[in-house]
Amino acid sequence: MNDGSGLAAAPVLALSGISKRFGAVQALTDVDFEVFPGEVVALTGDNGAGKSTLIKVIAGTHAPDAGTIRFDGAEVSINSPRQAAALGIETVYQDLALCDNLDVAANMFLGRETVKGPALLGRLSDLDMERRALEVLKRLNVTTIRNVRSPVAMLSGGQRQSVAISRAVMWNSKVVLLDEPTAALGVAQTHEVLELIKELRAQGLGVVLISHNLHDVFEVADRIAVLRLGRNVATFRRDETTPEEVVAAITGVLETTK
Amino acid sequence: MGVQGFSNVRETRFWQRGFLASQSAYVLGALVVLIVVMALSSPNFLTERNISNVMQNFSFIAIATLGTTLVIITAGIDLSVGSTMALTATATSLAMRWLNDAGFYPFPGSAFILSVAAGLATAGIIGLANGFAVAKLKLAPFVTTLGTLSIVRGLTYVATQGRGTSPDGPDKGLFLAVTSARIPMPEGIPNLPVAFIYLIALALVMWVALNHTAWGKHVYAIGGNEAAARLTGVNVDRVKIGVYVLCSVSAGLNGIIISGWLGSAPANLANAYELTIIAAAVIGGANLFGGVGTAAGAIIGCILIEVIRNGLVLARVDPYWQQTLVGCIIVAAVFVDRLRSGRTG
Repeated sequence: MNDGSGLAAAPVLALSGISKRFGAVQALTDVDFEVFPGEVVALTGDNGAGKSTLIKVIAGTHAPDAGTIRFDGAEVSINSPRQAAALGIETVYQDLALCDNLDVAANMFLGRETVKGPALLGRLSDLDMERRALEVLKRLNVTTIRNVRSPVAMLSGGQRQSVAISRAVMWNSKVVLLDEPTAALGVAQTHEVLELIKELRAQGLGVVLISHNLHDVFEVADRIAVLRLGRNVATFRRDETTPEEVVAAITGVLETTK
Repeated sequence: MGVQGFSNVRETRFWQRGFLASQSAYVLGALVVLIVVMALSSPNFLTERNISNVMQNFSFIAIATLGTTLVIITAGIDLSVGSTMALTATATSLAMRWLNDAGFYPFPGSAFILSVAAGLATAGIIGLANGFAVAKLKLAPFVTTLGTLSIVRGLTYVATQGRGTSPDGPDKGLFLAVTSARIPMPEGIPNLPVAFIYLIALALVMWVALNHTAWGKHVYAIGGNEAAARLTGVNVDRVKIGVYVLCSVSAGLNGIIISGWLGSAPANLANAYELTIIAAAVIGGANLFGGVGTAAGAIIGCILIEVIRNGLVLARVDPYWQQTLVGCIIVAAVFVDRLRSGRTG
């Protein structure tokens, strides 16, 4: 477990001077953001603060107008979600992007199925996928899903979130972006998902957690980055701040810069 | 969506899982009951001849129902299958006649092979057009294929001046045999219509493709959550175009088979069949909202519709009641499924 003090020397993902404009709306202005391996960074801010835009820049959905993105030390440009995935950046969207009518294993392998025999026929190797899905869930300590052949429609909200997150990290990803993973979850299920996030950190991934819920943020995050009106207003270390201070930064009462 | 009170995978009993939990299973149950009732009430129902007829008749729509089921699984619809049957049959017959008139007959069977290929290519082009409009131009499948229904039927009339056509030439006999022969069976077993054999073979291929290939998972995924499928890297457009092409080609094949049985391809061939075919798919468990449907279900739906028609004829009831009954069964099947899923899902 990483308490934020023993971080790796270099960030796995570093954005600097990112700006993005949509027509008349300046969504992001000169934003810096970095994530270290084995670190959970919460990205928070009011509605319209630019959180989603920043995530979409990292995920390859939006290209920034200005600024640089460095991944593992090298400057990269991320022009599509596919490119992001190839680098090792995975996004778990708020609406989960699971297919209710498919089972857990099929969802985890959707679009990247393991096949045997001639590739043209695309014959599935069900057993391999089942075994690997179980391994990943076990490695991440997702113990509530015992049968990877149950349709996702039969799972609870927390389990669905766990499946979506497990899918995101099973492809050797280094950075995972979680968009409001605990919204719409009950207490027990939120706990389940937060434990999973801690597990990702323990395994050395960089986790970006977008959340409005300061309770969750303070439970798992090592650092808390606050955006307001498309600018960085503050970055706090979890152990050196209080929820009141973060709220003040979100609402603009506090005007500090990093 | 089955959100439970607590985070445990719900325990399910055997009848709530897999095939037994599907609408297809209920309809199969209803079909068995219906067959027993028919067998008891009419001595002619279980005769070899009648069984062979029933097999032939449902095979006439069942191949197209397989393709339609694929489209319905992706949350699409194809209303143009009836017209596609007609144009394919017409194109096949015309090609055979042209080859005959041109005297082009390089080897025995060549006229048959070329004309069937021409017919199926016609069907493939229709499917490609439907798929392109739905996947690339993002048009609503219902409206698109309603348009195709009219366009393709119109072309059928134009091509034959409304008179229809019939296969002719050196391979006519071969054509009739390959499309409508019945394979004699030993005493006590109904003769097997070739159409039934094609149907079973194609259904097996479809079952394997849907359940044991990545493509099959993608078909279901698109129907379950298209945005999710796209996000995870499934080539949604290609899969969609593919199912529309398969649907049209399956309809075309059925059209060719029907024209072989009729010995001609009238311009109004398979008129309004799309409704029977979609009804059969839905009765067999395909969900118009997408994500659900099987090859077995498609065939069960077709058998049920044909057994009702056949039963009404044997019982000397006015066969026009068939449509009314089929309508009732559609509503009943969907209602039973609603009750079941309301309770368990």
